[in-house]
Amino acid sequence: MSKVVIIDYGTGNIQSVRFALERLGVKAQLSNDYKIIGNAEKVIFPGVGEAGNAMTNIKKHGLEKIIPKLKQPVLGICLGMQLMCSFSEESSTSCLDIFPLEVKKFDVELKIPQMGWNEIKNLQTGLFNNIDEQSFVYFANSYSVETSEYTIAETEYGDKFSAALNKDNFYACQFHPEKSSDVGIQILKNFLEL
Amino acid sequence: MLAKRIIPCLDIKDGRTVKGTKFVNLRDAGDPVELAEYYSHNGADELVFLDITASKEKRKTLVELVEKVARKVSIPFTVGGGITSVEDVSILLKAGADKVSVNSQAVRNPYLINELADKFGNQCIVVAVDAKQINGFWKVHLIGGKIPTNLDLFDWVKEAEKRGAGEILFTSMDHDGTKKGFANNAILRISEISNLPIIASGGAGSIQHFVDTFKLGKADAALAASVFHFKEIDIIKLKQELCKQNIRVRL
Repeated sequence: MSKVVIIDYGTGNIQSVRFALERLGVKAQLSNDYKIIGNAEKVIFPGVGEAGNAMTNIKKHGLEKIIPKLKQPVLGICLGMQLMCSFSEESSTSCLDIFPLEVKKFDVELKIPQMGWNEIKNLQTGLFNNIDEQSFVYFANSYSVETSEYTIAETEYGDKFSAALNKDNFYACQFHPEKSSDVGIQILKNFLEL
Repeated sequence: MLAKRIIPCLDIKDGRTVKGTKFVNLRDAGDPVELAEYYSHNGADELVFLDITASKEKRKTLVELVEKVARKVSIPFTVGGGITSVEDVSILLKAGADKVSVNSQAVRNPYLINELADKFGNQCIVVAVDAKQINGFWKVHLIGGKIPTNLDLFDWVKEAEKRGAGEILFTSMDHDGTKKGFANNAILRISEISNLPIIASGGAGSIQHFVDTFKLGKADAALAASVFHFKEIDIIKLKQELCKQNIRVRL
């Protein structure tokens, strides 16, 4: 049984996540096989790119039925987090509906995408153990999720939005922990220890 | 609040870092992987690798370099130079690059921007533009600034945005290598006509120049090479000074 599996559904840069885990001494397996994913101790669901194409790829591998039923800790990253919501305005995409939330295009008087380092606050759950309030993490997003009862970290870009979400065993970050220097490495370490 | 970014740029030739003045007379400033790791632990918010080898047979060296950097570095990095196709980008992203920058080929074939944005998402597509003033007009130049075009800088930025660019990396060739400050008037105008994040490049010589490009140019990020590589400016000290001047940075 592989300990940590990164879901590989043919989108974007997933090496960074794998390399970041390697720096923590963890060899993760990349897979799109539902059996391997189902048997992992921890599952990471990364993603960069466009929501509609990404959901098409997920369905191609039959993963839309598997991911919402996982019982082990799951960490969605960036687009991965957005796909864990019910619906994304990006290409009007129906998503995995783990979080009953909508992903909306930024409606702010600021530059889009939000590109760079922003602060996170009101940090909750073990995912943020040993992380200071107002730590900087790296974001690259044009869409966001409002704050709600599922929000475990928030940030501000024009408006307040969810930097991280949690429901049961499902965790998700809008930012990229694998690209967020020491803060991000600590968050990944916390996830592995959940 | 989103922080302003400081980005060291590593020009790469045959797997080594080089930096020229006004794009010629290259000098060797070290091993790119070592330098990248150093910067990632010493205040850099992001890195840009610009491959100026650009010959097809040497591209493999670049891909190997990208993977080595991705293994070591936990801040985002962009790779550019000689990118002509979706395939080129796919290889670089798979090797671990977070973003790619396209320059000359996007001017020759603007549809490339649409293709890349559709396939990989606009957040990883940086459109790099080299320009200088000719008779008072900012004109786009190609191939590391060697070939002038009739294309207006600001028109091109608007078009790139429409086609799906996620960020603009603007280098003023009039300022590059002079260490006399960034082209803040042009940068401000780009900030006004486009809604994309803009990386200012060309002309950094002092800490004040960074203050100016953020305050006067409204740049979102500032990029420099030799002042960092030759340790004329220390990034952490630079950011402390920016902070004192009420510019939001990650310290």
